Amino acid sequence: MNLFGRLTEKSWETPGADPTADPALSRPSAASVGLRVFFGIVTMLFGLVTMAYVMRMGTVAMEHGPVSDWRPMPDPPLLWINSAILILSGLAWEAARAGARIGRGLLLFAGVVAAGLLALLFLAGQLALWAQYAARGYYAAANPSYSFFYLITGLHGLHLLGGLYVWGRTVSRLLAGADAGAVRVTVDLCAAYWHFLLVIWLVMLGLLIST
Amino acid sequence: MATATIADDLRPLHHPKSWIGKYVWSQDHKVIAIQYSLTAIAIGLVALVLSGLMRLQLGFPDTFDFIQPENYLQYVTMHGMIMVVYLLTALLLGGFGNYLIPLMVGARDMVFPFVNMLSYWFYLLAVLVLVASFFVPGGPTGAGWTLYPPQTILEGTPGHQYGIILMLASLAIFVVAFTMGGLNYVTTVLQARTKGMTLMRMPCSVWGIFVASIMGLLAFPALFVACIMMLLDRLVGTSFFMPAIASMGKELGYEGGSPILFQHLFWFFGHPEVYIVALPAFGIVSDLIAVHARKNIFGYRMMVWAIVIIGALSFFVWAHHMYVSGMNPYFGFFFATSTLIIAIPTAIKVYNWLLTLWRGDIHLTVPMLFAIGFLFTFIHGGLSGLFLGNVSVDVPLSDTFFVIGHFHMVMGVSPILVIFGAIYHWYPKITGRMWNDALAKIHFWVTFLGVYAIFLPMHYLGMLGVPRRYFALGETAFIPPSAHLANEWITIAALIVFAAQMLFFWNMTWSLFRGPRADPNPWGAASLEWQTPDTPPGHGNWGPTLPTVYRWAYDYSVPGADRDFTPQTQPPGGAGRYHAT
Ligand code: HEM
Ligand SMILES: [Cu+2]
Repeated sequence: MNLFGRLTEKSWETPGADPTADPALSRPSAASVGLRVFFGIVTMLFGLVTMAYVMRMGTVAMEHGPVSDWRPMPDPPLLWINSAILILSGLAWEAARAGARIGRGLLLFAGVVAAGLLALLFLAGQLALWAQYAARGYYAAANPSYSFFYLITGLHGLHLLGGLYVWGRTVSRLLAGADAGAVRVTVDLCAAYWHFLLVIWLVMLGLLIST
Repeated sequence: MATATIADDLRPLHHPKSWIGKYVWSQDHKVIAIQYSLTAIAIGLVALVLSGLMRLQLGFPDTFDFIQPENYLQYVTMHGMIMVVYLLTALLLGGFGNYLIPLMVGARDMVFPFVNMLSYWFYLLAVLVLVASFFVPGGPTGAGWTLYPPQTILEGTPGHQYGIILMLASLAIFVVAFTMGGLNYVTTVLQARTKGMTLMRMPCSVWGIFVASIMGLLAFPALFVACIMMLLDRLVGTSFFMPAIASMGKELGYEGGSPILFQHLFWFFGHPEVYIVALPAFGIVSDLIAVHARKNIFGYRMMVWAIVIIGALSFFVWAHHMYVSGMNPYFGFFFATSTLIIAIPTAIKVYNWLLTLWRGDIHLTVPMLFAIGFLFTFIHGGLSGLFLGNVSVDVPLSDTFFVIGHFHMVMGVSPILVIFGAIYHWYPKITGRMWNDALAKIHFWVTFLGVYAIFLPMHYLGMLGVPRRYFALGETAFIPPSAHLANEWITIAALIVFAAQMLFFWNMTWSLFRGPRADPNPWGAASLEWQTPDTPPGHGNWGPTLPTVYRWAYDYSVPGADRDFTPQTQPPGGAGRYHAT
């Protein structure tokens, strides 16, 4: 039944109308529903940060006359390298998914491990980026555009860390001998989460480099 | 999402063995609900005491030396923030949401029990961090519950040293806690309903909590971002919100930040927050009225849609809190219009409650008394809200006691009355005992008449122009002696109401041990939570098999049925109802 059909049901008229088939058989798993809901929350979070970013950028500070105090940041190569690493990490998850689907344990394991390590490398790269900026005097407090940069990369990194926690548990389950079928749902969901964070990152990257 | 989801699987649950596993690190939604509720009530008591202190100062100025102006500001701030966030939100969603959702939709537990448990412990941490701010040098923040920059972090605002840091940190932790809980409530409703429990067969309580949880998940991120950004302004010296400003004769390092940006973020959270508190109350009160008037809720479908529409609309009205901050007049017009539009579904709900009562078989039980009390305070607060929704009327009334009277009626007292009604209503199911009826009735009448005695005169004070958040009025020409008299009586009423709450606590505690054993379904209610095999429900709620639902939750007084209620689990056959509502 579609959503509209559900919401217009005349429930008072249907005593005993044959209850729908056992929902346990037809529903997506709780984890995948939960993950979708979580995507909504995170989208909202970054959407709000974006709004704040745009509003703050347009704020005309009195002490500067009619111009904003916003100063753009340079876009060092590391920014692009890191983004590429995150893309590779997502691809590794796809490899792992394929491995789980066709039951190739080695591909699955290699994919999972590579995905996590690449994500860790991405985070290390982001930290290196912070250090690079700081060394050149782009402190968080020096200009609002720098402040937003640290805020956005920090929030994004924390979300990735959350994903890495699930990754760690998956690796340990694989090491303990779990087979492809047992981790398939988890791998699917991890892949979806990684792609989602990649999209968020690309949008944020667009915001950062275009301003 | 590596946690097991026990609602999916019908194998016997893993039963915790030790006392600690059962009552402390519990993953059972019922235990978590009680942990949430008790914590919320405990911190709510602190807020109540703070309001008593404020009233003492306002009613009898120059009497209490220990209340200095800065203390007054701290009381106002902590009272407001605790009441709205740490009491009402936590109690309605963390408490009632946790207890009711699985039982009312026929699940064994929340879908992510471990995350649910974490949610409580994060909430407790948030409360502890908040409480800690009373004990740091400089005390808690006195910036007002809206925490507007720049004054929030400037010298001269009480608690600008550590209090504000702890407040912001505590709010951020709260948001994390809420997100973990809310994810459970929403997913459980979407995914773990039992066989036959279609969306439109869910009781209004579940609908209210469900929509409020979605709203919370979407609105709290704004508070989270605002808190983090303000923390950075305070600790790292960024200028998200802080404009170039000189304080106490010296220039601070800030430049160019936008205080208005904070206001937008805050109210993007703050206005939906009002409905996050109100919608669960709306849902619960619908069920109280239907059960105790032995009638189906009038216009069930309309009630559900109204909840959904109110939830959606309330994301488009936030700037009505910012009329006096200045904005483009077209925006002002937009927000004033959207605000008034929300009144429509809200009014529909009120009419439907009244129509449910109309010619019902009204049992004046204590839960029903509280439900009717809610109708009074809510209609009352709604009417004064129509004044404030108009920009031109709001401007002179804003920041006066009229506003205080208005929002206490509509979002302070009204949800609290529903909460009391709900506690009395479900207490027999939660504890297996009945409370003392006489004490409960005294509690109701003193509370209900008392809140009128407190908040009605405040409207009058506001029209005189008495400002809010003022420690003392001093010698002011426009404030007549009658205002001082009113203030004294308000304070006396507040103290009496305070005392009546002690009766409530006494009743609840005493009944826990000495109350008579309760019937498993003392009110003759049709919804699922009253049909559990055990009272209080055991671990896993439903014994070996999940219940099957055959009808909606409101089959009361069906003509020809053998009882005046038909439980949702009763299969068809015999009399059903075939006429439309
Ligand atoms: C008998 C119970 C209560 C009494 C006597 C009381 C009294 C007060 C007083 C005297 C103020 C400060 C007025 C001023 O100087 O500005 C206040 C503020 C406030 N109260 Fe209550 N209150 C009560 C219950 C509640 C409840 C249940 C809520 C829950 C929503 C609530 C929410 C607030 C808020 C949000 C503020 C504004 C704080 C601020 O201005 O920053 N109060 N209350
Ligand atoms: Cu509002």
